[in-house]
Amino acid sequence: MYSHASESLIKQAREIQESELQKFYSRLMKMLQGKELGHDTVDSLQRLHLILSATKYTRTLPLELQKRFVALLSSPAEQHQVLSAAVLRETLPLTGQELNYNQDNLGQLNSHAAGLLLSQAVSKGDLSSLCTQLLRNLESRPSEGPTHSLMHTLPVLNNVLTHSPECLSEDQMTLVSKKLVDWLRYASVMQGVGTSSGGFFTGPRSRQPVPIAELDGSVSGDFFTVLCVGQGFTEDQWMNVYSFSMLRHWLLTYHSSCSTVDADDRSEVDGSVVSMVSATSSSSRLLPPKERLREKAFQYCQRLIEQSDRKAHKKTDTELQKACLVEAVCILDCVCVEDASLVYRTFPCIKALFGRLSSELSNARVLLPIAQFYLNHGEMAAVDCENVWKVVFGRFPTELFNDPFLAHELLRFLRLNVESIELRVPQYTRYFPNLLKFLAWDSPAMVDDFVDLLPSMVTAGTAVELLHTLLDLPCLSATLVLQHRSTCLPISEPVGRSFVSLDAFRNPSFRGLFLFVLRTEAGSGDTIDRLSTLHELLVEAADWPRVTQCARTVPVLLHIFFNTIVTIADEKLLAHLILVMLERSSLLLNIPAYIKEIHRVFSCHLLRLCKLHPSLVVNQSHELLEFAGSTANVYSKEELYTHVVWVLGEYLSVSCDSRCSVSLITSCFEALEAVLFEITSSAPPTGTVCPAPKVINTLMSALAKLASRSHDLIPRVSLFLSKLRTVTRSGSVAWCSDEEDLIAIVTRGEELWSLLKAPGVAQSVLTPPPHVIAPQWHRDTNVALPLQLRALTSLTHSQ
Amino acid sequence: MVRCFLIHTVCPVSALSAGESRVLYSRVFGPDDGVLSERHRDLSPEERRLLQKERVTAVARQVRSAVSLSREASGRLIVETMPGEENLALQDADCGVVRLRAGDLFSEETSALWLGVQSLGFTLVCEPHENLLLAEGTLRNLTRHCLEHLHMLGQGSEVLLKSNRIDVLLSRLLPHGQLLFLNHRFAQSLEKEVAAYMAK
Repeated sequence: MYSHASESLIKQAREIQESELQKFYSRLMKMLQGKELGHDTVDSLQRLHLILSATKYTRTLPLELQKRFVALLSSPAEQHQVLSAAVLRETLPLTGQELNYNQDNLGQLNSHAAGLLLSQAVSKGDLSSLCTQLLRNLESRPSEGPTHSLMHTLPVLNNVLTHSPECLSEDQMTLVSKKLVDWLRYASVMQGVGTSSGGFFTGPRSRQPVPIAELDGSVSGDFFTVLCVGQGFTEDQWMNVYSFSMLRHWLLTYHSSCSTVDADDRSEVDGSVVSMVSATSSSSRLLPPKERLREKAFQYCQRLIEQSDRKAHKKTDTELQKACLVEAVCILDCVCVEDASLVYRTFPCIKALFGRLSSELSNARVLLPIAQFYLNHGEMAAVDCENVWKVVFGRFPTELFNDPFLAHELLRFLRLNVESIELRVPQYTRYFPNLLKFLAWDSPAMVDDFVDLLPSMVTAGTAVELLHTLLDLPCLSATLVLQHRSTCLPISEPVGRSFVSLDAFRNPSFRGLFLFVLRTEAGSGDTIDRLSTLHELLVEAADWPRVTQCARTVPVLLHIFFNTIVTIADEKLLAHLILVMLERSSLLLNIPAYIKEIHRVFSCHLLRLCKLHPSLVVNQSHELLEFAGSTANVYSKEELYTHVVWVLGEYLSVSCDSRCSVSLITSCFEALEAVLFEITSSAPPTGTVCPAPKVINTLMSALAKLASRSHDLIPRVSLFLSKLRTVTRSGSVAWCSDEEDLIAIVTRGEELWSLLKAPGVAQSVLTPPPHVIAPQWHRDTNVALPLQLRALTSLTHSQ
Repeated sequence: MVRCFLIHTVCPVSALSAGESRVLYSRVFGPDDGVLSERHRDLSPEERRLLQKERVTAVARQVRSAVSLSREASGRLIVETMPGEENLALQDADCGVVRLRAGDLFSEETSALWLGVQSLGFTLVCEPHENLLLAEGTLRNLTRHCLEHLHMLGQGSEVLLKSNRIDVLLSRLLPHGQLLFLNHRFAQSLEKEVAAYMAK
């Protein structure tokens, strides 16, 4: 599809020499002198466009040429309009008055010229002028004229609103509201003249007006909408389509922001009159334009909902019906937000729609706006929304996790409404196993949304299960792949894939494992006992792209999880989480680099948790010691091990927790001492590398710290440190491969050794009392005097 | 509203580095994003144009990355189709949506819907409250027309040399970025106009 020819064309366009370009310009100027533009001219204009657009740096056209293009914009031939607009879009607008927004001949702007003006607008004033011109046209144009000449008015207007809603004055808004009402509700119900109705037998009969039809072929019995068809269309029917296409945006822009102001201004009496009127739609003619538009929008949407129930003949029309349903429900939601009294009229219809659509999964995307409606208005209407959430949280992720558009829309719905959902749908936090399926299936596309959503899923009650689930996201990913493969018949299996995991998935004895992974709600258990079995069954999934993509997102989510949990958890929960970290550090799916990354995240947060709650270390000393006392952990989980030793050394003291006894310190000391002896007396086991100097230094420091708190232990440390010096003096050692590393270790050992010679000093340095490390500023008598003097000096000097 | 429509490469291009994408057609609807907001008031018109071009390239790059990750994950092989098999190419196309955060590229959050047809991507960048179901349908329709009218399944370069055809297509099916609710008869009428233009 993309060929070398295209690539070289772009290259040529970029690298064209200035002299050649000038020659081209003069050639073009000559070609454009004539009234008619032949094929050669058109081709040359295209080439000019390519030359201008291929580079991001702007080229300036000669003034005469540019002026010629501006003139060409108003040519009756569309090709001229298109080409000149395209060329002018790629150059800078003339600083002269050629494209003045206030000119009167802007009146007959064609669509392409209007687009150019729009793209070159540099101020809100420009946009206001453009709008004024367009609307003036709309009001004053004669009723005959080419059908499509003003079709672009509404799209241009809508575009302006997107960027600058203040461009329309009150009067202009009223005018547009009135026009919209006319087009939406009172468009012709007869078919227009068909363009292709020609045939041999056209006669007077075919010129009889024929009413419009519905999508299923039956004759239409009500006003015209986008879901009505005819052989041809009248102009107001076209405007009906354009009006509906911009309706929601119009309502969102002008109605939602102003509604609060209006409510304040209206007196009590008026308010009740208006709401009575909107409750009965017959007297809508008495309403001001804004309210009238709201009422007509309401009627239009109700009609669309009814029309969407018909069986359309064409597939594209069925798709359109769905899109119309989405739009209609959104608009109804919008008008109900604006005028709460409409909720009672709307809810029966929405409820019926939900009932009609909820059984078919193909309607999933229509059900999301319905869920939004229930969320916004369900409470007010005292409607039971249980079923809606069961479908949205319970069914959609289970069965439609692989639909990228549904995933995007559902997660967006959650993101935008998270506060409301937390309030009104408390069961939301239980559904995280289901919602995470979206992430597990398509991590790169969904991770951004989950970065935003995950904090809302973290609760004290489900935290432990959530942590386990996050750590096993790659397993979920693999399971979803297996499930997907299992249900879709594999058309062609890539060569080399073994079937072990697929067989395991289908094997009844492992059913329970996979069912747990695929569960929809939390609460049935934090994790499973046979987790290691599951990991073994999924070992071949470690190189599946979906699984590796998923694994890459887990560290980020863990960071968010921990950042959130520290704000809501009590010490008991944090202690539990530490245990989970220690336990799971060896229980992870074996994906290259994954285990290391997780250990890194664990290390970081272990440190943080212990710093925030130092007494955690004493509390969990048993498990931490078990972890730290195992020599195997030095080699297999070096980073995490280092941090566990560090927190033990730092926080296992009476100043952090009064329950810390001498015997605890001693047993910790002994455990660490044993490990240190072991790793510095022999080479590392086969298959592992030498421990990094950091591990050994941390061990030594921890031992020194513990000894400084229980002076009986000092001789033991000193003995070890002096032995270390002796051993290393004799040359290289089996447990350290790098000479510089060895020097660092020995240096640290000597520092600690000399420090421990003066136990009192050692204690102050290695276990500083809290008030030393927490800055006290003016409260500290030593610091206060200089601060006071400095303050006085600056006060006196400022004069 | 649709902010912009792009056609760009999603395959490796020899002249570019690995993640880059060559933009073959781009159309931004409406005034420049930075001009009316506070952000880029002090820039000259050239700088603004440069910024816009770079913004467009950045969108193409993000979509390219999303396409290649999606294709890697699904493991599907890309099958080249011949001219004449546009419907098949469209059926086989992969699709998805990329969330572009507010402030990254545009001042507010946008969604970039993409359709990957073999080595090219067709992208619509939509505003947040847009009807994505309608946008998806419109994107497919636009892609089908581009493939047919510009013979994109072949080795030609019409997408570069006949971009005015895409401009006209957009002016009917996506005027100024407005998504339209077109039933088959309205669509037929517009497509007839487009076909008449293409015939010239």
